Amino acid sequence: MGMKTANKVATFFKYFVLILVGLIMIYPLLWMISATFKDNSEIFSGISLWIKNPTLDGYRSALDNFGGSINILQAMLNTYSYVLPKVFFTVLSSCIAAYGFGRFNFPGRKLLFSIMLATLFLPQVVLNVPQFLLYNKFGWVDSPFYLAIWVHCAFATETYFVYQLVQFMRNVPRDLDEAAAIDGCNSFQTLYKVIVPMLAPALVSCALFQFMWSCNDFMGPLLYVSSPGKYPMSIFVKLSMDGDTGFNWNRILALSLISILPQLIVFFCAQDQFVEGISAGAVKG
Amino acid sequence: MKKATAPSAARTPFQKWLDNYQGILYLIPWIIGFVVFKAIPFGQSLYYSFTDMNFFSTTINWVGLQNYITAFTTPKITKALIITFKYAFITVPLKLVFALFIAYILNFKIACVNLFRTVYYIPSILGGSVAIAVLWKAVFRDEGLLNTLIHMITFGHFNGPSWLSESGCALWVICLLRVWQFGSAMVLFLAALKGVPADLYEAATIDGAGKWKQFFSITVPMITPIIFYNLVTQICQAFQEFNGPYIITNGGPRGATTLISLLVYQNAFKEYKMGMASALAWIMFIIVCILTIIAFTSQKKWVYYSDER
Repeated sequence: MGMKTANKVATFFKYFVLILVGLIMIYPLLWMISATFKDNSEIFSGISLWIKNPTLDGYRSALDNFGGSINILQAMLNTYSYVLPKVFFTVLSSCIAAYGFGRFNFPGRKLLFSIMLATLFLPQVVLNVPQFLLYNKFGWVDSPFYLAIWVHCAFATETYFVYQLVQFMRNVPRDLDEAAAIDGCNSFQTLYKVIVPMLAPALVSCALFQFMWSCNDFMGPLLYVSSPGKYPMSIFVKLSMDGDTGFNWNRILALSLISILPQLIVFFCAQDQFVEGISAGAVKG
Repeated sequence: MKKATAPSAARTPFQKWLDNYQGILYLIPWIIGFVVFKAIPFGQSLYYSFTDMNFFSTTINWVGLQNYITAFTTPKITKALIITFKYAFITVPLKLVFALFIAYILNFKIACVNLFRTVYYIPSILGGSVAIAVLWKAVFRDEGLLNTLIHMITFGHFNGPSWLSESGCALWVICLLRVWQFGSAMVLFLAALKGVPADLYEAATIDGAGKWKQFFSITVPMITPIIFYNLVTQICQAFQEFNGPYIITNGGPRGATTLISLLVYQNAFKEYKMGMASALAWIMFIIVCILTIIAFTSQKKWVYYSDER
């Protein structure tokens, strides 16, 4: 009997902790959503999610064009005009590089592979200055096509994804490659007829992570975008916050929420892939 | 390419070369990317760190260790280094302990485990965005969410501190933003915990080991590879932190959240002192390297790999 009570207390304690921590985690986000529908005098008058006077003012002024060459729709458009190439080229180039590392044995493979692993630990900060000068020489800084932000991705520079795909590729049976070779496929045909379909879930997971990280990216646009008309969402939100702090909180919170809405939708549609994605990359390492 | 199965005598030299080296063909984009965007910039930044390189001046003069000496003798920079260490040594342990604790609870037979996992994981996905930095400012500002809460639960007897403008608090606000994102580390811990064989626990229970004893003598040793992985990646990330302090406090108040990465940015892209910025970046890089090397050499002592690789 005493054992049972102890168990019940333990179970209660577990759920209590989980729910309490969960609430602390998620409450700011929920509050943010509710605050976007409050008027400015109400936002900081209490902590409740309840909206006394629901209003769309926040959204209305977030969508307003404040003059100048940038507004929220343009910023959204700007963001995705480099996020999508970035995602596409990252997945493509990482897949090809992972195929080279994972499926072939040639003199020097081990050396190249350890170089690749070493670059996993190479901080971006060390590279920022020379890369900036390089892109400046190429004329890519403030380019209308955001070349400085995404072109390097076409050369498998996002090492994390190469590494992750090599790990996934280990699980694709080599018998399949051999069968394809016997059927007369050359190695490139094997890649896109056998490996890519088998790796599809992993490729999707890479695309999802790169999508999230590119949308969040702040440093890239900060360094390489300077004309206001080309500002992406991250810079636009930051500047609106600096300009507005103190009075127009429902506008700035609505703006922030709109900026992460696509990411939230993608996350809820594909949450299992995210969880599997991070587990797979590390556990087999 | 039907000749793939033909005897090698009938193969042209090119095909023979292809047999041995075709893997390299797939690595060409990566090799170009590595050389152009990583290896050369890496070397250049080391070289710049020994020069007085300035974006607007055409001449570059070799100044030896001058930038490094300046770095270690300028109070503003040594302060930033100390703050960066403080930031990393607060954030990383807190995040990992928290992640492990929650993963440990989630690993019991919990109803709605997926719901909890999702809730804990969302901040990790969104946390790096500017939107969340804005939210953080709304929570921790003087009349923000947190102080409204403190005011409420103390029935108006107590007003919370100004989190963002008191030197003692501001760094903790920045740390909390990253600790709040413990979800990805937690997911990794959870996967590792699921891999601990159940019979180990059964044997321990028969031997009369309590829950705490089991946790520290079975669970923790079995998941040390993941603890190690999380530790190294989180340290690397922590020393590079930029967005949080830049957006939320802009390094203030009075430099209390000026991490070294902010100084690199300021030197390089506000004052255009590329040489000095490179030296600072290298100091940071060397610190991260030393910590990584310590972690890797110490892993023989505490990381347990069940299958020797």
